[in-house]
Amino acid sequence: MLQQKLDSGGFAITAEVCPPKGSDCGEFLEKSRALQGCVDAINVTDNQGANMRISPLAAASLLTREGIEPIFQITCRDRNRLALQSDLLGAAALGIRNILALTGDHISFGDHQNAKPVFDLDSVQLLQTIAALSEGKDLSGNALQGKPSFYAGAAAAPEAEPFPLTLYKLEKKAAAGARFFQTQAVFDPEKLRFFSETVRPFNVKIIAGIFLLKSAGMARYVNRHIPGLKVPSPLIEELEGAADQLAKGTEIAGRLAAQARLHCDGVHIMAMGREDLIPEILKAVKREL
Amino acid sequence: MIISKQKPLSEILSALEGSARVFLIGCAKCATVCKAGGEEEIWQMQEALTAAGKEITGSIVIDEACHMLRSGRDLRSKKEMVEEADALLVLACGAGVQSVSSGTPKKTVAGLDTLFLGNIRRFGQFEQKCSLCGECILTETGGICPVTVCPKGLLNGPCGGMDNGHCETDPEAECVWYQIHERLQSRGAVEKLRRTVPPKDFSRMLKPGKLKIEK
Ligand code: SF4
Ligand code: SF4
Repeated sequence: MLQQKLDSGGFAITAEVCPPKGSDCGEFLEKSRALQGCVDAINVTDNQGANMRISPLAAASLLTREGIEPIFQITCRDRNRLALQSDLLGAAALGIRNILALTGDHISFGDHQNAKPVFDLDSVQLLQTIAALSEGKDLSGNALQGKPSFYAGAAAAPEAEPFPLTLYKLEKKAAAGARFFQTQAVFDPEKLRFFSETVRPFNVKIIAGIFLLKSAGMARYVNRHIPGLKVPSPLIEELEGAADQLAKGTEIAGRLAAQARLHCDGVHIMAMGREDLIPEILKAVKREL
Repeated sequence: MIISKQKPLSEILSALEGSARVFLIGCAKCATVCKAGGEEEIWQMQEALTAAGKEITGSIVIDEACHMLRSGRDLRSKKEMVEEADALLVLACGAGVQSVSSGTPKKTVAGLDTLFLGNIRRFGQFEQKCSLCGECILTETGGICPVTVCPKGLLNGPCGGMDNGHCETDPEAECVWYQIHERLQSRGAVEKLRRTVPPKDFSRMLKPGKLKIEK
């Protein structure tokens, strides 16, 4: 289990699999099953980028049924505090323990731009909510039937500037009950080292985000369009110069994951649809283990 | 000030379909400053509607259309012109339109879209700085409102999308938490950022708002 692995000082490996747009979960489950042997848990994204997809709670529950451990990503964008609590309790009842508590990308990025953004709570308050539920109380202080047990994590952006500003929030997240930080994709091992040293005092496990760059074009796209992600130019040049850019990207992801091993407690692989390449990326990490 | 802007003429014309005679109502306060419903815009609207074949029975610019008593009184002073009209076209904010509609059973057409409570940056440039949350936290945030200026209304610091101090939703705009941090830093009060802010009390902004000043 993810928590045991991290608590015992092991190196955790998680991957992201995007739930389908639609109710047919065949491909989602197939991809997840294929990863079962090489990851500790699978992150199920919540209407990522504000693009509407199947409920991550449903998708996570399907994984649980298959004996695959999910990390249920839950954002504040689409749910008020009633819906958040009710989904969290539902998750607990369905045997889902790992929660990644997120603010959520803004509605304006997605495919339903006319929707009403909710943001009733923010991610710190969501973590406090998880802590309250775990104590058997809801946000209004009412007693719950049963005490759900969660393993809660939060997002962190090691490359965000100005960093001191994000640090205040990370400290609050830790104080509110985050047990692990799952970082945004990091392409610079030095930044990861600095981040990890800075947040060590918070006593939170760090799972480094590793992003599969499928081509130099994609790397440039990421730099232009994804807030907070920075692919350094030497990496872009390395991809550019490769005969097979996808193979090079896989190699780079493996290298970054292996380097993350030195500073972090785990890696989280985002393969952007090429989940089939995750075992290949992980070979580099396993060699180090 | 309430910021508003005129609906496209085509939309106004289609709302006025079947109404040959129209009485025009503007507002001398916010809608005038927004150049959406002052004397000048009422005049231009009159020209445009006449060109589109409408008959204008008359017009008035109410001094504060949101003031229900004043609005009723002003309209009574133009009783005949109002009576003659098939529809009243109101170039005032939604509050102003409803002062008018509450006083007459006549068809009332809203000619403006009401946008936000805004500050005037300079002539013709408006910015929303307060979203009327009912529980002001500006004292805690260096006088800069995260409830409004952060598109997500985050109360405990920046989201993961902040990029070099800029907002994930608009690379041209500074992240409000960057601004608050700078401000508090310059005041030697960054400690304020360590405080975890509890969930906001949204019952303070439940609709419809009502306030009666007790004597
Ligand atoms: S906190 Fe912001 S939205 Fe609330 S009253 Fe103050 S300025 Fe307005
Ligand atoms: S970048 Fe800053 S202002 Fe923009 S949504 Fe995130 S926290 Fe709010």
